[in-house]
Amino acid sequence: MSLNEEVELLRNIPLFSKLEGSKLKLLAFTSERLTYEAGQLLCKQGDMGDAAYIIVDGEAAVLIDSASGEIRVASLGRNDFVGEIAILCDVPRTATVKAESKVVALRISKDLFFRLVEEFPQMAVEIMRELAHRLEATTAQLREAKSA
Amino acid sequence: MDRSLFSFIWKNSRKQQLYLLAVIVAAWPVGFLVLELPKAIIDRAIGGGGGGPPYSASLLGIEVPFFGDQITFLITLCFAFMGVVVVNNGLKYYINVYKGRLAERLLRRLRFDLFSHVLRFPMPHFKRTSQGELISMITGESEQVGAFTAGAYADPAFLGGQLLVAIGFILAQDWRLAVAALALYPIQIYIIPKLQKRVSALAKRRLRQVRHLSDHVGEAVSGISEVHTNDTAWLELSRFTDRLAKIYNIRYELFRRKYTIKFLNNFIDKLAPFIFYLIGGILVIQGNLTLGALVAVISAHKDMSAPWKELLNWYQQREDAKVKYEQIVTQFDPPGMLASGLQLDDAEDQGPFEGDVELSNVTLIDEDDVQRLSNVTFKMGLDRHFAVVGGGGSGKEELGQLLARLVFPSRGSIRIGGQDLTQLPQAVTGRRLAYVAASTPLQAGAVRDNLLYGLKHRPVRAVDYDDDGQRLWESDLAEAQLTGNAPFDYAADWVDYTAAGATNSEDVFGKLVEVMDVVDLSNDVYQMGLRGTIDPIQRPEIAESVLSARNALKDRLQEDAYRDLVELFDREKYNTNATVAENLLFGNPVGEGFDMSGLAENDYVLQVLDKVGLRDRLLDIGQQVAATMVEIFADLPPGHEFFEQYSFISSEDLPEFQALLARADRETLTGLSDEDRVKLLSLPFKIIPAQHRLGLIDDEIQGKLLEARQVFAEDLPASLKGAVEFFDADKYNAAASLQDNILFGKLAYGQAEASQSVGALITDTLDQLGLRGSVLAAGLEFNVGVGGSRLSTVQRQKLAIGRALLRNPDLLILNEATSVLDPATQSEFVSRVLAHRKGRAVIWMLNRPGLAEHFDRVIVMRDGRSTENGAFAELNSNGGVFADLLKSAA
Repeated sequence: MSLNEEVELLRNIPLFSKLEGSKLKLLAFTSERLTYEAGQLLCKQGDMGDAAYIIVDGEAAVLIDSASGEIRVASLGRNDFVGEIAILCDVPRTATVKAESKVVALRISKDLFFRLVEEFPQMAVEIMRELAHRLEATTAQLREAKSA
Repeated sequence: MDRSLFSFIWKNSRKQQLYLLAVIVAAWPVGFLVLELPKAIIDRAIGGGGGGPPYSASLLGIEVPFFGDQITFLITLCFAFMGVVVVNNGLKYYINVYKGRLAERLLRRLRFDLFSHVLRFPMPHFKRTSQGELISMITGESEQVGAFTAGAYADPAFLGGQLLVAIGFILAQDWRLAVAALALYPIQIYIIPKLQKRVSALAKRRLRQVRHLSDHVGEAVSGISEVHTNDTAWLELSRFTDRLAKIYNIRYELFRRKYTIKFLNNFIDKLAPFIFYLIGGILVIQGNLTLGALVAVISAHKDMSAPWKELLNWYQQREDAKVKYEQIVTQFDPPGMLASGLQLDDAEDQGPFEGDVELSNVTLIDEDDVQRLSNVTFKMGLDRHFAVVGGGGSGKEELGQLLARLVFPSRGSIRIGGQDLTQLPQAVTGRRLAYVAASTPLQAGAVRDNLLYGLKHRPVRAVDYDDDGQRLWESDLAEAQLTGNAPFDYAADWVDYTAAGATNSEDVFGKLVEVMDVVDLSNDVYQMGLRGTIDPIQRPEIAESVLSARNALKDRLQEDAYRDLVELFDREKYNTNATVAENLLFGNPVGEGFDMSGLAENDYVLQVLDKVGLRDRLLDIGQQVAATMVEIFADLPPGHEFFEQYSFISSEDLPEFQALLARADRETLTGLSDEDRVKLLSLPFKIIPAQHRLGLIDDEIQGKLLEARQVFAEDLPASLKGAVEFFDADKYNAAASLQDNILFGKLAYGQAEASQSVGALITDTLDQLGLRGSVLAAGLEFNVGVGGSRLSTVQRQKLAIGRALLRNPDLLILNEATSVLDPATQSEFVSRVLAHRKGRAVIWMLNRPGLAEHFDRVIVMRDGRSTENGAFAELNSNGGVFADLLKSAA
C-alpha cells in the first residue's frame, strides 16, 4: 500500500478526518504499519506504553487481567483507536490487546500523537468525544454489574 | 637508578664514549688537512711559492717533498684534497651515525628503566602520581636528555683537547701573550655558572609546569563528562590558560637569562682582541713586541675561541640535561618500591600450595599514618570458601590487597602453605594466586586475548620465523640485550595453556567456554560473535558452517510461523526491504571504493545508471522525494527528532531543497547545476520501498535497477574489483556480520516481533547444526576497545573474573568484584563461581553481607579489626555485628 492510499485510509477515520493532507501524510509516513498474526499482542497490560494504534484491518480483542482471570471488555475493528490511555497519562497499559485475526495496525508514537493533538484542537475534541463515549459505556456496565 | 646523569652515561656507555673520542681525535688531522691543502695548492702549487722544483707542501707541520713538475704537483695536491674531503665527510657521517645510535641506545635504556620502575611502584604511590606526568616524563622529557648523552664525554674531551693545543701553541710563542689571551677566561668561568644556576632553576620550574599541563589534559580527558554536565569549560580553559601563562613567564625569563649568558660570552670573546690591539699595539709601537708575534697571538686566540665557545655551549646543554634527568629520576624512585627480583625473577615450579593461609597480627598503616588494619589474625584451609563482610572503611578492601600482595603488611605476617607471602616472587604469587578488584580495566584487543591475559607470564613457544624474520628478531634481541631491555619476543606465544588445564590453542577453547558459562558471559560473547565479522580465509571452517546455517535457515523460513518475516537476497529479484543503493550494489562496500551515502557522486555508478537509462528517471524520483519531504516536514520546527528518524533530508538542508525545487520547476531538471543534480540524485538511493511506501520505486524502476545491478557487476573495472563484496548465496560475505551472513536477506518491514522471532530462529538453527561453538569462537575475537570501553561495566567485570578462574589459582581473592552486577543475579553468580571452585580456596570480600550464606565461613571486619569469625548461621543467630549488618542491608 502506498503512502497516498494510506492517506486516503486515514482520512476515513473520524479522528483524523479534519486533518489537512500534509499532516495526514506526515502521520502516515512516520507511523509504523505493522502486521500481526492472530494471537499476537499489540500491547500487554502492565507494560509501559509509547504508542497508540489504529486498526486498519482485522479484529482485535481488549482483555483485562483480573483476580477471576482474563476478562474480555471490548472488541476492536477497522478504524478503531486503541492504546491512547497509556500515552495520555503515562501509566502502564491498562489492558492487553490481542489480534483475533490477521490485523494490520498503524502504530503512532507518543511524540507524533501529542504533536498532532497540540496542533489540531479539532483532533483533541474528537479524542475527548471518544473517551467520553467509553466512559459512558463503562459507567453503564458498572451500573448493570451493580444492579445484577 | 643512577641519581647522576653522568654516572648513568658512564656506567652504560663507557666503552662507546671512549671509542667515539678516539674516532673524533683520529678524524681531527683529516679535518685539518681539508683546511691546509687549499692553502698549499694556492701558495705552493699555483703560486709556485719556494720558487721552483723540487716542490714541497707543509702539511700538519711536516714538510712533504714532491718530485715532479708544477702541473703534476698541482694535480696531485688537488686529488689529495678531493680524497681528504671524501674521507673527512665519511668520518663525519660515521661519527654522526655512531653518536645518534649511542644516544638512542641510552635513551632506550633510560625509558625502559623508567617504565620498569613504574611497574614496581608501591601501590599507594599511584594515588599521588598522575598518569599524564609519567607519560610526559617517559616520552618527552627523556628524549631531550637522550639527545645530549652521546656527546657527554667525547665533546668536552675533544673541545678541551683543541683548546689545550691552542694554549700550548701560544705558550710556546710567548708566555706573556698566553696569559693575556687567557686573562678573561677566569671571569667567564666564575660568572657563567652563577648565571647558569638561575637558568637551571628556571628550567626546573618550567619542567614542573609542563608536567602539570599534561596532568591537566589527562584529568580533563578522563573527567570530560563532568566538564560537559557542570558547565565548567571556561573554568578548565582558564585553568589551562593560567598554566600556559606560568610557562610563558618562566620561558620568557629563561630566554632573557640564557641569551644574557650568550651575550656575555660573545662580548668577552671580542674583548680579548680589543685588549690585544690596544696593549699589544702599544707594545709593538714601543718596540717591546714584534709585529709577527702579535699577529700570531691574535690568530691563536681565534683558534682558541672556537672550541671555547662550543665548550660553553656544551656546558649549557649539560646543565639543561642534568636538570631534566634529575627531575625525572627523583620521580621514579619512590620509597617502598617493589624489589626488582620479586617482580622479574623466575621461580622453580613448586606446584600448588598446600595447607593453610595464615594471617597473624597483620597490621597495615598507610602513608598518612592511619591504621587501616589492626592485628588481623585468622587461618583458612586452601580448600575452603571464606567470605569477608564489613562496611566501607572496615578494612576488608585492604585485606584483599594484602592477600594479593599488592600492598605489604606494616606488621605481622601472612603465610600461605607455610611460606612468607612477602618473600615470594610474582612468578609464584602471580600464578598461584588470583585477584579481581571492583573494577578491572581491560587490555585493548580481543575478548580471547583478555581472557588469556592471566596465562601470559613468559613466552612459551617461539615464533616460527622465516629466514628474514629470524634475522630481524635476532638483531632486535641483540640490541635489546645491549641496552638492558626485555630479552623476550613479544610476538611469541605467551599463553601457558597447561596452567588452564589445556594443551594448546585449540583445546583451550573448551576451557574458555567453561569459564564464560560460569561468569555468565557466554551469551554476550555469542551476540558479539553474531554481530562481528570473521576472515573466511583465516577461519574457513566457520565460514563453511555459516553457509550450512544459511541453507538450514532458508528451509525453516518456509514454515508458516516464519513466512513473510524475511526477504531473502536473490540476484534475480528486487529486495523491497533493502535500500535502492543496496539493491544496486547487491553487496557490501569494502574499503573506500564505494560510499553507500555518496553513490550519487560516484562516477562508476553514474556510468552504470546511464547505460541502463536510469539516471534521469532517478533524478525525477529524487525530485518527487524532495517535494514530498518538503511538504511533510516543512512545518516541523528545525531539529525536531522526526528529521533524524524519518526524513531523507535533514532540517538544515530542508530550506536549500525548497529553493532547489523552485529552481527545478523553473528550469526543468536538465537545466539544473551539477551540484543540484547530485543533491536530488542522492535521495532515491535511500529509499526502502517496503518501509517508506512512497510508491516511487515501481515495478518498472525495480526492473531497471535489476538490470543496473547486473551491469554494475559485469562492467566493474579492475581498479574497483574488491571494492564490493557481492551477495552470493553460495559464498561467505567477509564484509558482512555473521548474523547477516546467516540471514542472507532483510527483515521484512512491518511484521510484528519479526526481529525477535528471527533472532530466536537463527540461534535455534545454529544450535541444531552444532555451530554455537563457531559463533562463540567468532565472538572471542571481538575487540574490546581501549580499556575495554566497548564492553559494558558488567561485561568487563565478568571477563575479569573469568580470566582469574581460567588460571585455576590455588587461592582466588575477589575484592568486591561483583558490586557492579545486578543485585538480583548476584546470589546466583556467587553460587556458580563457588561451585566451579569446589575444593579450591576462595576468599571473597562481599559488598552485600546476605551473599555470605553461600560460604563455609564468614569473617566480619569493623574498623580494621576482624570482630567475628564463624559460620553464617551461627553469626546470624548470635545477634552480633554480622546480624546487625545483615539487618541494615536488608
